[in-house]
Amino acid sequence: MALLSFERKYRVRGGTLIGGDLFDYWIGPFFVGFFGITSALFATLGTLLIFYSASRGPTWNPWLISIAPPDISYGLALAPLNKGGDWQIITICALGAFISWALREVEICRKLGMGYHVPFAYSFAIFAYSSLVVIRPILLGAWGFGFPYGIFSHLDWVSNTGYQYLHFHYNPAHMIAVSFFFTTTLALSLHGALVLSAVNPPKDSNGVRGEVKSPEYEDAFFRDTIGYSVGTLGIHRVGLFLALSAGFWSAICIIISGPLWTRGWPEWWTWWLNLPIWS
Amino acid sequence: MAQYQNIFTQVQLRGPAEMGPELPRGSYPRIGNPGFNWLMGKLGNAQIGPIYLGGLGTASLLCGIIAFEIVGLNMFASVGWNPVQFVRQLFWLSLEPPGPEWGFRAMVPLDKGGWFIITGFFFSASVLLWWARTYLRARELGMGTHVSWAFLSAIWLMAVLGFIRPMMMGSWAEAVPYGIFPHLDWTAAFSIRYGNLFYNPFHCLSIVFLYGSTLLFAMHGATILAVGRYGGEREIEQITDRGTASERAALFWRWTMGFNATMESIHRWAWWFAVLTTLSGGIGILLTGTVVDNWYLWAMQHGYAPSYPTTGVVDPATLPGATP
Repeated sequence: MALLSFERKYRVRGGTLIGGDLFDYWIGPFFVGFFGITSALFATLGTLLIFYSASRGPTWNPWLISIAPPDISYGLALAPLNKGGDWQIITICALGAFISWALREVEICRKLGMGYHVPFAYSFAIFAYSSLVVIRPILLGAWGFGFPYGIFSHLDWVSNTGYQYLHFHYNPAHMIAVSFFFTTTLALSLHGALVLSAVNPPKDSNGVRGEVKSPEYEDAFFRDTIGYSVGTLGIHRVGLFLALSAGFWSAICIIISGPLWTRGWPEWWTWWLNLPIWS
Repeated sequence: MAQYQNIFTQVQLRGPAEMGPELPRGSYPRIGNPGFNWLMGKLGNAQIGPIYLGGLGTASLLCGIIAFEIVGLNMFASVGWNPVQFVRQLFWLSLEPPGPEWGFRAMVPLDKGGWFIITGFFFSASVLLWWARTYLRARELGMGTHVSWAFLSAIWLMAVLGFIRPMMMGSWAEAVPYGIFPHLDWTAAFSIRYGNLFYNPFHCLSIVFLYGSTLLFAMHGATILAVGRYGGEREIEQITDRGTASERAALFWRWTMGFNATMESIHRWAWWFAVLTTLSGGIGILLTGTVVDNWYLWAMQHGYAPSYPTTGVVDPATLPGATP
């Protein structure tokens, strides 16, 4: 079932980290493995808890369902299930599922003889998530500093947390993160467009499609327009670096807000205005 | 167990510089004597240059420099031509659009925002000339024009922010000022003025595509590097004649999440995600203030603004004697 034409020869034993051959099988297109089992368990438990908590809440409107962390007064203690304890278990399940997923990716990499770049990259996303719901709450001393699980309620959290620091755009790490997000998107559009433009050349006046172009043409296009082409291998290094930097600096910008700097971010910049060279 | 993960290029080859395929008759010559940079070669191509400047490129750069200079000189003037204060306050300095009293008039005194309009003219000219350049460079090489159309999506957002929306609001004052902190201030004030931009559905979409683009590039860049030992970065060859790199890359994602792109389709996903970021962003900005005055109230009306338990804090605006 769901086998690609060339897939059978790749479906071989081996590469698992835990469990030997015991969980070394596929369900449909999905590889299972030990970490597939743990991923599924964590994800199922977390999802069921989300539905349970939603059922106790005021609404089934998917935009409005919100599961809030415990009140600040609980500090770093466990809270009753209906007072944020659900949020705590959901967080544990989420982290369990994410980390299992990353390790499952490692097993698939090993199975296919690939480098570990994807699980390494994914670990930055896990870090960014845990910085919001584990690292910063621990540094601030209460789980209540985590964000609520809800589509628009988490946006309210971002808004409110931002305005607590008066104007979050002045957070230097936030500036770096946003710049990386924009640059990644720019680079992605250029890379996607360049490959498509090489393999989808225009038709000539007789309606005959041109020949697919080689990487020499890709390089020439970028050298012609901006004087440099990073090349077919280089663009993937650049893209990965930009994307991971975006995630990394996002995590940094929220970790330092509160634990390191408690006032408005615009005020942080006064060190520059007060440098001894001109004050 | 420990294996090389293809982070840097280990062996750099040095041949004669690639000068690029011949351009059609009537083209300017490519200029610049290509050099090689060893550090750049660790990451990607070591060769820097040549470049095709041409008529469009020269005109675009000229307009861009004029716009840049007008902004810089206005900022310089705003600190009384004091070079130390210019550097000290650079991030705070601004070239502001005309005030609301000038409406959307074309002719505004220079020091009242006229410089801002002139900057916008030259900046737009520079960008549009550069757009034509990306189109023409691709055509001259016999390639598709996918880069140009992606670029146009970014130009759309720029035009909405600096021209189309101010025109529809009938006031230059709506435009974004030129300046590091001032444009951030504009963004924050814009969000607050229109009732929190997070409730703007097109802003939501734009953010989804922005984060989605970053996610896609992380996934795609990592996948290609991970199959680098099978020549995965030779994407065009893998598209036209699928090899084991492509097969492993596809199976990785199929086995991970039950779905995979192909070597060509991943670039279509990439193109659309990036293009939709600014496309939906521009729509969201254009609707703000023109069609919707308060996104939070709009969200309440349409049933997607959450409500919270009361905190016991009384809104002073509801007390007797408070004037609206």
